[in-house]
This record gives sequence, C-alpha cells and structure tokens, in this order.
Amino acid sequence: MSAQKIHVDSYERNWMIVSFVLLILFATAVSVAAFGMGIQVPSPEQRVDPRTVATDPNSPWSNPGLREVSSGVYDAYILARAVPQWEYLPKEITIPVGAKVTFYVTSADVQHGFKIQNTNANFMVIPGQVSKLTITFTKAGTYNFICTEFCGSGHGVMYGAVIVK
Amino acid sequence: MNQYQVPTAEKKLVGAHLLVAILALAVGSLFGPLQAFEHAGWDVYVYLKPLIKSYYQGLTVHGVLNALVWTTFFIVGFLTFNVVFGLKRPLKNMILAKVGFWMMVVGVVAAAIPILANQATVLFTFYPPLKANWAFYVGLTLVVVGSWVEGWGLFMTYAAWRKENPNERTPFIAFGSLVTALLWQICTLGVAVEILTMLLPWSLGLIEGVDPQLARTYFWFTGHPLVYFWLLPAYISWYAMLPKQAGGGKMFSDSLARLAFWIFLVLSTPLGFHHQYVDPGVPAAWKFIHSMLTFGVFFPSMMTAFTVIASLEHGARKNGGKGALGWIGKLNWSDPSVASQLLAGILFFFGGIGGLANASYNVNLVLHNTAFIPGHFHLTVATAVTMSFMGISYWLVPYLTGRKLWQPKWATIQAWVWFVGMIIFSNSMHVLGLLGAPRRVPLNQAPYVPAEWNSRLFQVGIGGAILFVSGAIYLLVMFKTATNKERVEKEVEVPVAEAMQDPATTPAWLDRWAPWIYGSVALIVIMYGPMLFELIKNISLTSPGFRVW
Repeated sequence: MSAQKIHVDSYERNWMIVSFVLLILFATAVSVAAFGMGIQVPSPEQRVDPRTVATDPNSPWSNPGLREVSSGVYDAYILARAVPQWEYLPKEITIPVGAKVTFYVTSADVQHGFKIQNTNANFMVIPGQVSKLTITFTKAGTYNFICTEFCGSGHGVMYGAVIVK
Repeated sequence: MNQYQVPTAEKKLVGAHLLVAILALAVGSLFGPLQAFEHAGWDVYVYLKPLIKSYYQGLTVHGVLNALVWTTFFIVGFLTFNVVFGLKRPLKNMILAKVGFWMMVVGVVAAAIPILANQATVLFTFYPPLKANWAFYVGLTLVVVGSWVEGWGLFMTYAAWRKENPNERTPFIAFGSLVTALLWQICTLGVAVEILTMLLPWSLGLIEGVDPQLARTYFWFTGHPLVYFWLLPAYISWYAMLPKQAGGGKMFSDSLARLAFWIFLVLSTPLGFHHQYVDPGVPAAWKFIHSMLTFGVFFPSMMTAFTVIASLEHGARKNGGKGALGWIGKLNWSDPSVASQLLAGILFFFGGIGGLANASYNVNLVLHNTAFIPGHFHLTVATAVTMSFMGISYWLVPYLTGRKLWQPKWATIQAWVWFVGMIIFSNSMHVLGLLGAPRRVPLNQAPYVPAEWNSRLFQVGIGGAILFVSGAIYLLVMFKTATNKERVEKEVEVPVAEAMQDPATTPAWLDRWAPWIYGSVALIVIMYGPMLFELIKNISLTSPGFRVW
C-alpha cells in the first residue's frame, strides 16, 4: 500500500509550510483590520424600487442632499444617475471639519460606482440596492467622489465633491 | 523519434480553433492600444467615428475578443490536443467536437454583429441594466454551450480510454486538460443561468426588468473560476512541457502537480464574492468567508511555482547550470517558445502579488475598480496566459501545419518586446490605481484628473505602443509560418516532460474523479447556497433596460 502515499521532497515540504504560514499571516492581517480596526465593507441596507426612487415623495432620494442628524453628524442621501445626464445629486456637499457623514447612495438607472478620493470609501451603486457607509472627515479639503463603474458614454465625466471646511 | 501520430482530422480541428483564436487576438489587440493612447493624450477614436462610435465601443471589442474569444478558442483547441496526444487515442466522437466548434463560431459572429453596430457597448462584463441587443446574449450562450459540447466530447474520449486502460494513470497533460474542462462545465453554470433566466428573455421583451444584484452574483460565480480556466492550460504547459523544452528537465512531482489541479477544481468556484466585496446586496460575513477561501486557492499556485521552477532547474543543472540562480542562464532562452513562457512566468509573480492585494477583503477598498485592476489582469490573462499561449503556438502551429516556424529570432524578439511593454504599461496602471484613477474611463478627458497623474498616463500610452508592436510581430510570425513554403524535415516533437517518479507510483486517489467532483459540488452548495437562496427568494425584477452609450 506504499503506493497510496504521496512522495514529497523535503524542500517542497518546507516550501509548502512557508506558503501555509504566509497565508495564515495574510488572513490574520485582514481579520485584524476588519474586526480590530473596523475597516469594513458594505452590507445590505435596504431595497428600493429604482423606477420610483427618484420621484416617490416618500423616498429620501426624491429630495437628495445632506441632513444634519445631530451636531456634527450627518446623513447624506445621494442619487446616482445616467439619465438625463451622468451626475450625482447633489453634486456637492459641504461639511465642517470633523463631521461624521453616513452616505446612503442608490441609482435611478444603471450600475454606478462611488469612490471618495483619498479615503477608504469605495463601493458599488446598484439599482434596487442602497449602499451605506459612514466616514469621518478629519482634514479640511475637497474630496472628489467619482464614478468607478461603466455607466454609459458619460461615465468618465461623472463626479462630485465633498467640501470639508 | 517515435511519437503518437495524431490523426489528420484532429489536427485540423485543433488548428481551426487556433485560427479563430488568433484572428480574435488580431482584431482585439488592434483596439487595446487605443485606450492606452487616449490616456497619453492622443484620442484615435476621433478618426474612427464612422466605424467605431466611442472609446467604450472599442473597449468592448478589446475585452470581448481578447479576454473571451482568444482565450476560449485557444484553450478548447489546446485541451483537445492534449487529451488526444496524451491518451494516444483519437476523439471518441468527432461529430460532437465539430458541432461544438461551429456553435462557438456562430456564437462569436452573433455577438460581434451587435458589438460592431454599437448595439452592445456593455464591455465584457455586460452588467445589467445596460441592455445589449438580444443577439449579443444569444452569441455568448452559443459560445458557452459550444464549449460544453466539446468538453463532453473530451469526457467521452477519456471514458473510452479508461475502458481500454483500466489500470493506468491518466497521462498528466490529458489529466490536467480534463480537470480544466470540468472546471469550465461547473463554473459556467452561473453565467448560463444569468443569461437564460434574465438577460435573454429581458432583451427579447419577454420580461420587463432584471435584478442587477442577482445578475452580478451569477456573473461572478463564473467570473473568478474563469481566471483559472485561462490559467490552467498555461500551467499544464509550464508543468509538463516547458521543463522539457527549456533543457530536458523532468517534472519534479507528478503527484503534487495532480493534487494542485484537484485543489483548483474544488476551490476556484466557491469564492466569487471576493469580486463583490463592495456590493451593497451581499452581507459582509459572506464576503469575509469567501476572502478566506480565496487565500486558500493561493496555495496550489505556490505549489505550482515550486514544482515548475524545480523542474526547470533540474534540466538546467543537467546542462551544466551552476549557482543559486546562475542555472537560469542555462535554460534554452533562444527557443522563442521557452523565452515567451519564462517571461510570462516572471511577470505572473507580480500578477500573483497584486491578486493577493485585490483578494484582501478591506485592502480592496483602496483598489476596487481602479486602474490597478486592469493593471493586474494584464499581468495575468494578458501576459501569463497570453504569452504562454503565444509560446505554445510557436511549436504547436509548426507541428499542426508541418511548416517551419518563420524567423524564430523574430519570435524571440516578440516575446521580449511584450515583456518590456507590459512592464511599463502595467506598472503605470498599478500606480494610477493607487493614486485613485478609476478603470474604464477615458482619463485624458475626465474632468477630475489631477496633474500628478499625467506622467503615469503618458507611460500607459508608451507601454501600449510597445505592446502594439509586439502584437504585430506575433501576427506576422504566425501568418508567415502558416504560409511558409519551407516544411519541417520531420514531424515537430511534442514536448512532454517525464515525471521524476514513475506516475504508476502516484496514489490512485489522485486519479479518481468522483470524490473531487462531490467535494467541489458540496463546497459550492455550502458557500453559495444560502446566499443565492436568499437573493432568489427576494428577487425583484424592477430594473428596466438602458442604452446610454
């Protein structure tokens, strides 16, 4: 029955052990960042009807924009759309330094992306879904948010900005 | 030399696959550099207006032809060759193979017509609710189903061989090819369900809307193992052919090579959520679990790296290679097939590192859909895979046609030019991505591009131009070879490296299919079942189609 055992060269065994240890290290680093430092990815928030999300008066995206929840804490409802033109509504939001903003982004038509430059905010915007992410802006400046998923001819001009003063 | 004579019908069949593949590469590669030139500030699309309406139409042609058609046709042809040559047996059912091949060809034509008419500018990911002409979806379906039919033909051939040789180990090149074909059958179920249950009826007007989140989930069920469908044929060549070509080396470990292929089969499908880390409709817990399995599939690639390098070193030392790294110089670099595949392997090292970064759950937040991603997959599919296939074609085309390779020196130069062009192109794309540049954007026209990106954007253009030159040399060499009046003196030797240990000593459980197939299906059910059930239960077909290009 010796034929049932794999012959493994000692160099190769060592290499496999090193590979395995490396993988454990990577997995640990990712886990520590996720659960220790709270660097997390989006999870389901709510479902919406993309056909009416921009027009239904009960939908927050019929009147997109910034709402102050309490002092220094904001909700930002942002609508991404390709029709009638490629844009985010609103195109700009202005907040004070130190503001904690929770973004709720959805699409009125096709898939879009939403990446705020120089931050960890980067997620898909998918019709029928709401992407939610909270981020605190500690430094003044203009942070462009840009579309990162192909959404038609105007994809490359679709952007907006968070202005932190 | 006494090698198995592949029947003429099989040779022609394989050759037909290669012909379609190389034609697709020719047209697709024409459109690759145009994106790069745009980045550098030279927008050629302005002049192409009567024919090609936009940057995005060109990008669709490039992606579909290069990533889908070139690869799929080359792979199905190469796998067929390996099964026939490896098992030393003609195909069990040639009609099935021909039916499959022609389905694929009709599919490519059906998809190409709407793409060229600007009716399917949806890029190679075709995410709904961007809505292409129905013929595009029919075409994709035919390509996939045609490749299934050809795969069934390979399994039937294997079954017939197994009946004739009940106690033998499956020869490695046939074994690896059959595993690759099986992986393809399993993983393409995702995209088949996506098209048949949603996109096709929707494009025909039978249903009003689609569920884009569910569609993405189906797509990436196929989308990640697709990467391994591309890669495994190159691995077959690296494991079992390249060592022989590069210096008469033997395959270092037959059993571990087989084990690596089985791990790929089992692990490469149930981790597709790592392409959906930032999708709003998938819970973070599932994404995290898939990220851990993604690290797992890194393991067989590390095993591959060891065995391949050890096999190469074995040959080089026999030929007098010395030193810790000095033996590398003793490899047969003057053979274009060897040079191309060695250079492919070197760049694949960096592709692998980038892939680990993408796979790393939260690190991906910095990289998702940035220029880093095309930078990454131009090292993998457009270099590791494409350069390996080019290298294979440098012996396979002379073998199939009986014509001498035209100007081997030019073929070697071609490989080096691709290598240099890709280093420049891919490095600048990676850096741009880290600076925040999005992918799939004509960046020279984008309003938000800061000045600090400019030098990198220019380098993208330089890299694209060099790659264009290399692609042109490749096509020239292929054309001149296929029409070469000079014939080979005797049949080209198919390079197959023996294993260091007799494959008969390889454990039988590494040559048994059922346990690995059950394992693979079980893992898919565990990793995808609950979430797919949830998404299907809550399906809402509320997204009407858009043509906004």
